[in-house]
Amino acid sequence: MTAIADKPLDPAEVVRVHVPRRSARSELRAIKIVWRRELIRFVNDRMRIVTSLVQPFLFLFVLGGGLQRLASAGTHGVNLKTFIYPGILCMTVMFTAMFSAASIVWDREFGFLREMMVAPVRRSSIVIGKCLGGATVAAAQGVVVLAIAGLVGVPYAPGLILGALGLQLLLAFAITAFGLSVAIRIKQMQSFMGVMQMIVMPMYFISGALFPSSGLPAWLTVLNRIDPLAYAVDPMRRLVFGQLDISAAARRALDPGIHWWGWRMPAVLEVGVVLLLGLGLLAVAIWEFSATE
Amino acid sequence: MSTAATQAITVESLHKQFGDFEAVKGVSFEVGAAEVFGFLGPNGAGKSTTINMLCTLLTPTSGKASVAGHDVVRERDDVRRNIGLVFQDPTLDGYLTAAQNLKLHAELYGVPTNLVAPRMEQVLKMVGLWDRRDGQVMAFSGGMRRRLEIARGLMHSPRVLFLDEPTIGLDPQTRRSIWTYIRQLQEREEITIFMTTHYMDEAEWCDRIAIMDQGQIVALDTPERLKAGVGADRVTIQTDDNEAAITALRERLGIQALIAEGAVTFRIESGEQFVPRLFAEFDPARNPDLPAISGVSVSRPTLDDVFMSFTGSTIRDAEEDPSKLRNRVMMQMMGGRR
Ligand SMILES: Nc1ncnc2c1ncn2[C@@H]1O[C@H](COP(=O)(O)OP(=O)(O)O)[C@@H](O)[C@H]1O
Ligand SMILES: [Mg+2]
Repeated sequence: MTAIADKPLDPAEVVRVHVPRRSARSELRAIKIVWRRELIRFVNDRMRIVTSLVQPFLFLFVLGGGLQRLASAGTHGVNLKTFIYPGILCMTVMFTAMFSAASIVWDREFGFLREMMVAPVRRSSIVIGKCLGGATVAAAQGVVVLAIAGLVGVPYAPGLILGALGLQLLLAFAITAFGLSVAIRIKQMQSFMGVMQMIVMPMYFISGALFPSSGLPAWLTVLNRIDPLAYAVDPMRRLVFGQLDISAAARRALDPGIHWWGWRMPAVLEVGVVLLLGLGLLAVAIWEFSATE
Repeated sequence: MSTAATQAITVESLHKQFGDFEAVKGVSFEVGAAEVFGFLGPNGAGKSTTINMLCTLLTPTSGKASVAGHDVVRERDDVRRNIGLVFQDPTLDGYLTAAQNLKLHAELYGVPTNLVAPRMEQVLKMVGLWDRRDGQVMAFSGGMRRRLEIARGLMHSPRVLFLDEPTIGLDPQTRRSIWTYIRQLQEREEITIFMTTHYMDEAEWCDRIAIMDQGQIVALDTPERLKAGVGADRVTIQTDDNEAAITALRERLGIQALIAEGAVTFRIESGEQFVPRLFAEFDPARNPDLPAISGVSVSRPTLDDVFMSFTGSTIRDAEEDPSKLRNRVMMQMMGGRR
């Protein structure tokens, strides 16, 4: 009938499909599909894998290496690169997670979001899948930075690697959830990136990823304590410093922990704060996404 | 409702309000099973808004609609399971291959795993993209993407397929081949097809069309009947003696004809039915003194005439803002290169 179609099919052999009703299983499957799509896209996009590693490496080796001479007096003999390494571990997943969340803006711009929105699945499944996908991709990126621990004098201890991986996953999850809750409201890529830079960059600097969070000016101390990122950076630093063989003075100066009225917050509690926040932001994102037409 | 079982789509005074603006002002119609039904209207008429309400992406402000026997508000999921969609703007994932796009869709709709591969082969062959299944969609041309989107919309064997301007921005040849697929489809899979277009010539492919203007349906019928409703066809005949033919037409059939471009021409209702009568009258066996007819042509009123007669303007004049359309086509083209 037409030159383009390969061969006319016998109507009797038409493969008919029946779409089953929605169930808990179909929702889980939808989460898996959205999650897997994020992974496929990440793997296909080699540029992104490389570019999102540029910034952490710049900070670690150029900033860390360059400021080393200025800082040596204050670090009690600990290399500055070693000191900021936990902060860099956090940074890597943060930026990757931000990009992952941005994909929902792309998806909207290029229309793919509609394909998902009109499928017989819950909107929440799409958001959860996106969030888990973003977290996985970011953590995968984090592994690369984790792999170079030896270069900055951090030993490859199994406990450290597992713990850091877990923390990266958690942080990436929270940041993706945050990014999604913003991305759902914003229709343009430039505005999204602008907003994220405006919020995430200051949060990162204030978090204490690049300096110890004790003995800061009062205003900075206040900001640091209310910065949610600080509660992800601190347990990461604790984890890394737990494996370092350094003097007590150095430990006190460089890994002071987060104190509230003189009480040092335990790592479990800090992790709990991040987890709760991540879940809260995910709920916000789901709620927003369900309300859009 | 008694018709719900046999009708693929029933719509009753559907309204959609955007703020102060009423985009759809109460439309009602029914689409039968396995029918190809078209919405024809200028840009901004409310075609996409209506489709989006029918496919559960927009909630109607008021009115009722059911698709494949399910209410579009109360039974969203049932509607979604039974419909396929090709949106006005592309919705493929350019980073994935054609096959990955279809697979993702099949999984999202819960197509049983053992059926995904055969069904994919079938729909891809139908649109002539089987050889390109492992190509990244980003590298596809506009026409290929449209075909892939149609294939994707069919992956889960929907009972109703919605196509919103499936051919916008495509060249005439691709447009024609897409229409061929659509008609084939309807025959093979007994699927109901609901589509919109603002190309007049395309509406001819539909079994029935609704003409929409400013949020309202102004006419609804088969293309033939709509055009017949406009009035007379134009009949042109070639004879060996035009003057004699004109006299004979006047005296014997009561028709006022005139000569234009060397042929005898006149207007008459249902011109095709008139032709046998014309030949019976001019039969040399019966009336040897009348001039012989060497050729005849009947031209129908076009849908442009139909649109004009219902709205008082041509469809191009009725486009709310031509620059908007240009922008959209441009965007699609840019999307085509992304
Ligand atoms: N989300 C929206 N908000 C406000 N106005 C809208 C929205 N969607 C469509 N419109 C308006 O509704 C009218 C009908 O649009 P649409 O259904 O897209 O027309 P068509 O598909 O026939 O070209 C247009 O004037 C358009 O500007
Ligand atoms: Mg439209």
